[in-house]
Amino acid sequence: MLGLYLHRESPVHRWPAGVKLGGLLAVTAVVLALPGVWGALAAGALGLGLLPAARLPVATVLRHLRAPVAMLALLFGVQALLAGTGWEAALVAVLRFAALILLATLVTLTTRVTDMVELFERVFGLLRPVGVNPAKLALMLALTIRFIPLLAEQVREVRMAQQARGVERSIAALFVPLLVKIFTMADDLAAALEARGYDPADRGP
Amino acid sequence: MIEFRSVTHAYGDRPVLHDLSVRLAERRVAIVGGNGSGKSTFARLLNGLLVPSAGSVLVDGLDTRTDGRAVRRRVGFVFQNPDMQIVFPTVEEDVGFGLKARKVPKEEIGRRVAAALDRHNLARHRHQPAHQLSGGEKQLLAIAGVLVLEPAHVVFDEPTTLLDLRNRRRVIELVRELPQNAVVVTHDLDMVMDFDRVLVLEDGRIVADDVPSVAIPAYVKRLS
Ligand SMILES: Nc1ncnc2c1ncn2[C@@H]1O[C@H](COP(=O)(O)OP(=O)(O)OP(=O)(O)O)[C@@H](O)[C@H]1O
Ligand SMILES: [Mg+2]
Repeated sequence: MLGLYLHRESPVHRWPAGVKLGGLLAVTAVVLALPGVWGALAAGALGLGLLPAARLPVATVLRHLRAPVAMLALLFGVQALLAGTGWEAALVAVLRFAALILLATLVTLTTRVTDMVELFERVFGLLRPVGVNPAKLALMLALTIRFIPLLAEQVREVRMAQQARGVERSIAALFVPLLVKIFTMADDLAAALEARGYDPADRGP
Repeated sequence: MIEFRSVTHAYGDRPVLHDLSVRLAERRVAIVGGNGSGKSTFARLLNGLLVPSAGSVLVDGLDTRTDGRAVRRRVGFVFQNPDMQIVFPTVEEDVGFGLKARKVPKEEIGRRVAAALDRHNLARHRHQPAHQLSGGEKQLLAIAGVLVLEPAHVVFDEPTTLLDLRNRRRVIELVRELPQNAVVVTHDLDMVMDFDRVLVLEDGRIVADDVPSVAIPAYVKRLS
């Protein structure tokens, strides 16, 4: 799936975040607008070509894409079966999304969060007149990316603590202690942000 | 210098610190005491993360109630759990976070971050995701993120609790060599034996306040 930044010395890593994200948007529009499978194939080829150019481990990246693509195949397969939209349409849809996921992964693997955040700050800055605080939105993005692995760890921890006491898979039993943990985490995090000089009232540059 | 003037603090209507008056000017001050004695509350009052329910806290003459922002710039704070203070996904980006929040120019951020990473042995992890670091490395990263801001005082709330012996040594060394004044909350009595002053808290009151060779034995005796 969308990966975390993986540092390499490559020209793709050095491209500005705006170019990469803008490019991704443009390619997405083209792929979805073009009829048939050609757009998807071209985008997929572009992605496959860029992987080695970015010095990324091709096999690992492709392996990570297997799960989401399998899910898409299932989704569109079921749709084709139930809604009778046709196998060809399903195949085109899967190919399109697979190619776009590959390109999106390429962008996240080669772009530092700081650069992404700065870009978001500039883009959201245009929305400042309607009351959007760009600095806040950008920080939220950074925090989300940072805390996803941490959250996964908390889930593992709670689950293990419960298994140790003989509770097997129960969504409710997982959910409540997890919520409590998340609330304490949010409290601590707010204090830490404040201690490190982040001022929520600050309207940004 | 940090000064408490008749400070009382309550969460809701439950007081946890009772009318404390104390001046801290020594280079190394330790706060010890049992669980729930009010150490963390005391520490958070030092940099305006909490403001007292009554009385006032002054840092170099600035009141935490009215000059909270300026106080937080002067007083760095290191929490027990580094996971909660690391806010950016990779090591280098996280160390730069506080500087960026203070609108330091980009080139200067780069320079100061690189120096901090070198100083704290984190340079080789520069581009690594924070969640892949070991517990000790995370604590060093959290400390680096605070020290890079060059605060005049540093407060540590149980900085060694989650660490193994080797990393505990590293953090102790680091605190020992800090050029700043430091206040350290800890259960680690060995760590504070060479400090200048130890305050012992019990139920929100200071029950001993002396050099370690006097205060620590007194604390140990109260425990038994
Ligand atoms: N946010 C809060 N809301 C309400 N009560 C709190 C809060 N934080 C702390 N307390 C209570 O205040 C008292 C002092 O807590 P504090 O965290 O300052 O103790 P401590 O000495 O740091 O303890 P420990 O050694 O366990 O960290 C405790 O009884 C605690 O339950
Ligand atoms: Mg505490």
